[in-house]
Amino acid sequence: MSAATPAPAPATSGRESLVLSVLTNPLGLIAAILLVLVITTAVFAPLIAPFAPGDLQIFKINAPPGDGYLLGGDGSGRDIFSRLVFGARNTLIGALIALSVAAAIGVTAGLFAGYFGGRREIVMSWIADGLMALPALIVLLAFYQSLGSSIQVSMVIFGIMLSPGFYRLTRNLVNGVKHELYVDAARVSGLSDMRIIARHILLVIRAPVIIQTSIVAGISIVIQAGLEFLGLGDPSVPTWGGMLQDAFANMFVVPTAILWPGLAISITVASFVLLANAIRDRLQQGNRTASVSKMPKVEAKPVGAAPTESDLLLDIRDLVVGYPGKAGWAEVVKGVSLQLRRGEVLGLVGESGSGKTQTAFSVLGLLSTGGRILSGSIWFDGRDIANLPEDEMQKLRGKRIAYVPQEPMSNLDPAFRIGFQLTEPMMTVLGISRSEAKARALELLAKVGMPDPMRTFKAYPHQVSGGMAQRVLIARAISCNPDLLIADEPTTALDVTVQAEVLELLRDLQAEMGMSVILVTHNFGVVADICHRVSVMKDGQVVETADVRTLFANPQHDYTKMLLGAVLDDVTPRTYAPRTLKEISA
Amino acid sequence: MSDDVIVQCIDVNTKFGAHHVLKNVNLTVRPGETVGLVGESGSGKTTLGRAILGIGPVSSGRILFEGNDIAGVAPRDRKGNAASIQAVFQDPYTSLNPSMTIEDILVEPIVARRQASLEEARARVRTLLDQVNLPSDAAYRYPREFSGGQRQRVAIARALALSPHLIVCDEPVSALDLSTQQRVLDLFVEIQDRTGVAYLFVSHDLSVVRHISHRVAVMRGGEIVEFGGCDQVTADPRHDYTKRLLLAAPVADPVRQADRRAALRALNTGA
Amino acid sequence: MLNYVAKRLASSLVLLALVTTLTFVMVFGGADNVAQNILGENATSEQIAALEQKLGIDRPLYEQYLSWVSGALHGDLGQSWTLGESVARILSGRLPVTLSMVILATAIIGVVSALLGIMAAVRGGWADRAIQVISVVGFSLPNFWLGLILVVVFALNLRWLPATGYTDFTTSPTGWLASLTLPVAALVLSGIASASQQVRGAMIDALRQDYVRTLRAGGIKPSSVLFRHALRNAMPAALTVLSLQFIGLLGGAAIIERVFAIPGLGSITVQAALSGDIPILMGVVVTMIILVVIVNIAIDLTNAWVNPKVRL
Repeated sequence: MSAATPAPAPATSGRESLVLSVLTNPLGLIAAILLVLVITTAVFAPLIAPFAPGDLQIFKINAPPGDGYLLGGDGSGRDIFSRLVFGARNTLIGALIALSVAAAIGVTAGLFAGYFGGRREIVMSWIADGLMALPALIVLLAFYQSLGSSIQVSMVIFGIMLSPGFYRLTRNLVNGVKHELYVDAARVSGLSDMRIIARHILLVIRAPVIIQTSIVAGISIVIQAGLEFLGLGDPSVPTWGGMLQDAFANMFVVPTAILWPGLAISITVASFVLLANAIRDRLQQGNRTASVSKMPKVEAKPVGAAPTESDLLLDIRDLVVGYPGKAGWAEVVKGVSLQLRRGEVLGLVGESGSGKTQTAFSVLGLLSTGGRILSGSIWFDGRDIANLPEDEMQKLRGKRIAYVPQEPMSNLDPAFRIGFQLTEPMMTVLGISRSEAKARALELLAKVGMPDPMRTFKAYPHQVSGGMAQRVLIARAISCNPDLLIADEPTTALDVTVQAEVLELLRDLQAEMGMSVILVTHNFGVVADICHRVSVMKDGQVVETADVRTLFANPQHDYTKMLLGAVLDDVTPRTYAPRTLKEISA
Repeated sequence: MSDDVIVQCIDVNTKFGAHHVLKNVNLTVRPGETVGLVGESGSGKTTLGRAILGIGPVSSGRILFEGNDIAGVAPRDRKGNAASIQAVFQDPYTSLNPSMTIEDILVEPIVARRQASLEEARARVRTLLDQVNLPSDAAYRYPREFSGGQRQRVAIARALALSPHLIVCDEPVSALDLSTQQRVLDLFVEIQDRTGVAYLFVSHDLSVVRHISHRVAVMRGGEIVEFGGCDQVTADPRHDYTKRLLLAAPVADPVRQADRRAALRALNTGA
Repeated sequence: MLNYVAKRLASSLVLLALVTTLTFVMVFGGADNVAQNILGENATSEQIAALEQKLGIDRPLYEQYLSWVSGALHGDLGQSWTLGESVARILSGRLPVTLSMVILATAIIGVVSALLGIMAAVRGGWADRAIQVISVVGFSLPNFWLGLILVVVFALNLRWLPATGYTDFTTSPTGWLASLTLPVAALVLSGIASASQQVRGAMIDALRQDYVRTLRAGGIKPSSVLFRHALRNAMPAALTVLSLQFIGLLGGAAIIERVFAIPGLGSITVQAALSGDIPILMGVVVTMIILVVIVNIAIDLTNAWVNPKVRL
């Protein structure tokens, strides 16, 4: 109900289109081509390399490129190019081993821990944490004597040490999915756990696991090369890391020899990373808004002169609010005009997507990222605040225009005590001392109905109930005596009995302080309860504004009539016609 | 077993650790009847619905479905008509797997219960979509291509796929806009009149419950505090809590709402 | 809070015990021909038997383990098989070298990643693009190769900095800095690559929270919203990343010390691995795990301080 940002397009539909769109991304395409090249080289190494990797020619020790040795000779007189080609094979095999072990263990464990939870999850997570706390290279070095110089065995161990990455990723993904209602629906439908994992859960975790795989492939190549560079590999097997070791030994003679194996490693690893990025980009495409910088420039056009009536606090004229869309600005508020008198409560009512919240946020100057007031004026107390510079706007917020949000819990900072969150705005906005602010805060807490203000003052947000948190937010909003309070669905997240109390509180405070209120809501009952006047919104426009009694007694616009007709208040209950099981089964 | 009860909860208790979420709950639903289950958050209404569905725990007590105890039996282990108990959940955006087509979604329960082959099941999709007033070409589209109300129709179609005798509806219209809400409720009523399916209709909204229910149960703190005919419970409640609940929900009429507000204040100070 | 610390400590002790046992079984159980390796091809079987007895590896594995553990509990990690010195002495001489390098690198990674990550999260633009490039480059260049290239460029060609060696801080602070500049530079790139991305993500998440809008609506200064509220909520994620970086750096140091001939823990580990000096390897593993445990507990405590929900 709150923001008009479109729901992100689900990422996982269309298996073929994922591959295709990764390949249409230029970096993704380059990475894919490079990887295919490296893999082909590795597979057909004997056909590509002009020499066997072990062929020695004494007179070509540390030779410069040329004379059959494309990239020159190494410290033993072997062809660097041929060894690079064969090195690709051995490096990729090593990486593949680590990768398979890590993915097989990590994903399986993650699936089970995530789906079944309980003690199994605790044990597995503890093991994963333990493995992650070990410096992998040190462990591999320590095990070297017992594992021998076979780099493949080391890569199996390394795979085990990498498995926590897969485990955590998978478990978190499964934990996120398993409480989705569609998994519940599948269970109600009678699917077994195995089929739910196969049908519903694997689909969701597939893409992130592929991304992780690509990155782990890169890590494995680097670590493997590191081990070989340290001399822990089999010297008779040509590898990129082993070649670096040889080049290092001869670095003062031929510094360039360190380039080739290093480049081979870097390019291969970079390809894996770029491929992972391309997939990630593709998955995130749905939630990315178009860049504001590419949008057509707009010059907000103010409308008219300052209102002359002195009891008019807020006068919105022809307000247009837009967000960057694929085809220029997408307007979510299309020419809204509203007037609010001092001490008046105006209900802004409409269904989702009607633009009511966006209208309210433009008054606060707090549109979501990319949002702009494209035209129109917002006259607040004789001053046009549409598109006011941020630092000017900041001086108004809190002090003259305050805000009460919808969700009480997520709108308090979990890291700070309630007391701090109450005193901070007063100290900033009113410039009063800490002790003064504290005294006022305790007063306010008592005023909004806290039975023990001191206790609430000292509590953290998670220690109070939703209804109490909403009272705290209201206390904070009124703490600096604002002229205008913008309340965005302030009772929607609350239970009805709590809602009644909070509405009661808002009504009392409004009457006592004489402030004006814009109450954004979808609930006509709330409107009837607290508002003096009502504006009904539809598709970014106000279709009707009237005094609250007039509107309910005599709605003018068809849309208002339709909405009021849909209110379920006074229906005649259904009568039960007894049936028997036999009847139904028939 | 009498023929006029489809589901009967007898002294159902559920505990999550030290939390006693359901306390000796007794409830009956008759064939073709809607029983509304109202309560605020934490009242246990959703827990009871999930217990009947077999996806939530039962610590003690019995849940008889057409005479057989199904308490604690997972859906896939349920036999006969109990296997066809279905659900419609609150959020139409998360109750349908975003990466499956509508056809895949509708076919899933039929194939899972081996009621028909995949081909036969696919042939039934058109009828199901028709029952919830969706066009038959909807089958090949994805959930994201539909609005909230349309998605909830798909969820209802899925619930109907096995021709159930009971559907547990957990806040099925509370995420919908006002105008959509009424149309979806009307669809529920129409389907019930036609097929004789019974609903256990869980909601926090008394006006929604009044609209669709034959009988209403009010829950608070894991207990049913009042259970009776819809008109009696929603117009002339006996229990204080029900009275408060009723008066706390604001009505869309400023004049009457002012009276109700005064009545609620009197009730609260009196109590 | 005390309860929480005690729980973390106990869990860490179990980890330490498990890992050392496992390592012991793996390295001692798997090592054959130790004496042969030390004495060379031409040793007689009597010489080998004598050495095995001297080293104590003729005893059953569990006996060796028990005597190692009882020693370790008194701070005695045994004698090196190849260097003729006590392991504790060797390691205590080398630990400060590695620590000074790793701590310096962690600090640089922390500061640079925090700055870059916050900039990218708040402003986007160049910082965002820089992070994207660094993340690919930093990830793809193996740190030891980067080290080699730095040596070729800055030490061999430009002759600005020493190619190898280590100068103690107490001997010459500038010499210390000069000797660590290249190795630390080689170490930090990959760390910055991943940490800055994580900081950016954590900050973006924190800034997206509802309470950020509400704070702004309440007239709180943007600097306070950013540094007091958003940063504090992003901190647990960022600190966890930093602890993983620290662990990674301990391993990375092994290779980098080799490239730059720095006499730290890493180079002795490589030397011990190649020569089969198992007591040193065991000592290194124990030292490293204790370091990791200390860092993790420190970070857990900071997180508990930052996030009141953890404090139970």
